[in-house]
Amino acid sequence: MSPVLAGVLQLLALTGALALVYAPVGNYMAKVYSSPRHLRVEKWVYKAIGANPDSEMTWPAYLRGVLAFSAVSVLFLYLLQRLQGVLPGSMGFSSVNPAQSFNTAVSFVTNTNWQSYYGEQTMGHVVQTAGLAVQNFVSAAVGMAVAVALVRGFARSRTGELGNFWSDLVRGTLRILVPMAAVAAVVLVACGAIQNFSGIHEVGQFMGGSQQWNGGAVASQEAIKELGTNGGGYFNANSAHPFENPTPFTNLFETFLILVIPFSLTRTFGVMVGSVRQGYAILATMFTIWLGFVALMMWAEFAHHGPALQAAGGAMEGKEVRFGIGGSSIFAVTTTLTSTGAVDSFHSSFTGLGGGITMLSMMLGEIAPGGTGSGLYGILIMAVIAVFIAGLMVGRTPEYLGKKIGAREMKLAACYILITPALVLVFTAASMALPTPPHSMLNSGAHGFSEVLYAFTSAANNNGSAFAGLNANTDWFNTMTGLAMLLGRLLPMVFVLALAGSLAGQKPVPVTAGTLRTEKPLFTGLLVGAILIITGLTYFPALALGPLAEGLAS
Amino acid sequence: MNNSVTNTVRLLGAGLRALLVLTLVTGVIYPLVVTGIAQGLFSDKANGSEIKADGKVVGSSLIGQSYNLPLKRGQDTPEPDLKWFQGRPANGLGSNSVNTRYQLILSGATNLSADSGAVNGKCPDKPDDGTLCAQVLAAKAAVVKDNSVPGYTVKPSDVPADAVTSSGSGLDPAISPEYAELQVHRIAAKNGLSVAQVEKLVKDHTTGRALGFIGEPQVNVLQLNIALKALAGKQ
Repeated sequence: MSPVLAGVLQLLALTGALALVYAPVGNYMAKVYSSPRHLRVEKWVYKAIGANPDSEMTWPAYLRGVLAFSAVSVLFLYLLQRLQGVLPGSMGFSSVNPAQSFNTAVSFVTNTNWQSYYGEQTMGHVVQTAGLAVQNFVSAAVGMAVAVALVRGFARSRTGELGNFWSDLVRGTLRILVPMAAVAAVVLVACGAIQNFSGIHEVGQFMGGSQQWNGGAVASQEAIKELGTNGGGYFNANSAHPFENPTPFTNLFETFLILVIPFSLTRTFGVMVGSVRQGYAILATMFTIWLGFVALMMWAEFAHHGPALQAAGGAMEGKEVRFGIGGSSIFAVTTTLTSTGAVDSFHSSFTGLGGGITMLSMMLGEIAPGGTGSGLYGILIMAVIAVFIAGLMVGRTPEYLGKKIGAREMKLAACYILITPALVLVFTAASMALPTPPHSMLNSGAHGFSEVLYAFTSAANNNGSAFAGLNANTDWFNTMTGLAMLLGRLLPMVFVLALAGSLAGQKPVPVTAGTLRTEKPLFTGLLVGAILIITGLTYFPALALGPLAEGLAS
Repeated sequence: MNNSVTNTVRLLGAGLRALLVLTLVTGVIYPLVVTGIAQGLFSDKANGSEIKADGKVVGSSLIGQSYNLPLKRGQDTPEPDLKWFQGRPANGLGSNSVNTRYQLILSGATNLSADSGAVNGKCPDKPDDGTLCAQVLAAKAAVVKDNSVPGYTVKPSDVPADAVTSSGSGLDPAISPEYAELQVHRIAAKNGLSVAQVEKLVKDHTTGRALGFIGEPQVNVLQLNIALKALAGKQ
């Protein structure tokens, strides 16, 4: 069997597996967020928090919950790293410096998991499991909570109430993420991912001498790292490391974990707004883009244009033999079209066009299928913009799911889509214009520019992957990517929740013959087009300077 | 004013308590339960899939190693011990940071770009040091030279891509079956074995795709060398 055919079959198997669990997982999540009943353990948790899970919140109250929880999380994770040197279970690692601690704390709380540190040489057991891995769970749960609040905005009428943040946070964590992650972690261990608490120790080698090994709770972290579309690796090599991703099967399984919640959330959305077909239209949009990008990536990587790759006879630089080009291409597109940023191969050594595809994937706003929660609210904003464009064409007040898209709604949606590109482009330009930041680049020319563009694209979109040649552990990059991550996460959430509040307050418009049917393929086509055109117009000049210049030169 | 300060403090307090409770569940109970199950059911794998030869641990079946001659005086980089199957090049992390070369587990890729070292869209004959063009061309020349033995000449076009590129982790435990087969004649000559014997060894240690289509065929270098040692010792 040719590697290309094997790659295509893996893609089909993955699609089949996702299709199989789509309805059950999506329905289950809808039930989790709609059920009036609380589990006993949850009641205990609410008592500890001191919150009444049955009280409804307006959008400002919901937002205050999100912000308070995020602020406390950043501070807690910052202090945990700053105090690592004196905490037990640190494997002898010292405290992390202030700029890097800030960067890492923001990075994990915002579901970005950008890493300017070497996991195996910086973070001990306590910080990894009780700090970083915890944020892998809760940052994903916050994303899902905000998405669900927006869905309630569409589903409810004549009310300002969007649900209860604490209840959504706790349920998302305890009923969805923890059970799924636990099963996934055991599967990963069964295939060879490590899970122990031994420290750094020496292990003998074939030729004599020894290798130095880190122990760690790797499988448990790996599971939630993919499932919560986080991406922060236990080890520096992330999911390329055999202890994180030991076999071809685990590679496919981890890709599945990344995609399962974001895709299935469209079902949750459909169920909650009372029409699963609305969910299918969104799903079809996500799937079309994902499939198209994977196909493009496979074409680029199998063709291996690029002088050094031509000399090598294949695009295997930065890729593992066991995954091959097919498995690596699927993973690379999946990780950048979601907000994951885990890597099983190193994007910086991809072909020029392949690297460009990973960047473009993030620039789409990570909505196909996007991060846990953030993907759904991102694409719903794009849907609002798509119906607005359609409304302009026929001269009719646009509406979506029975809600009028008026001036206030459009202002919020426009702010949402402008904030991330503004962060990416301004911070990239500033880094290139100042004298010292460019010294961090590993490669020169167009690829060097791509390293910086990639870093801010990844940070502001809360992805976390990197053209890892860039030395991002400088005060400039730690601070600026930290700001990009923080603003790129929280500002969009403000607009999303404000929009949700505005929609929930409306009374529904009846469907008439003139209503745009948003559950039909025509709308899916319109949405795909709107996403590609808006992103293309925003980023084309920057892409032309970086990956396109590199890709077309060879 | 006072009221809003109190409210903010109350809210932050709720956030902190929520974080602490969820930390207990997801940061303490969850990893401990998974570790318990892992150690109970799959303790070998949970501890790194150690592999033994002659009763001694010689590494992990999942982690690559180097098979080099001891460093001679004045040498910076050791020469490969051609008696053993060689793994993929491990050019370590980029020049921005440390180079690891299978020595200790700080994992990572070179991150060099596909056009690194190229001039006018091509790798020149003498590319700049440290570029990907230089690494690939040097590795290719070495593979051709090392594996060409009397009666068997390796052509540059025979060399598979994994033999001249570094992996993503820098710890790739495997090579492609093509690269293993390319080394067969050399291994046979250096160990006093017949080509057929070594070919069979490679075949026995080649793992196909999982279920016939997942991943790529691979040969685990450490397991292959352990078997080679046993075979050569018997002769």
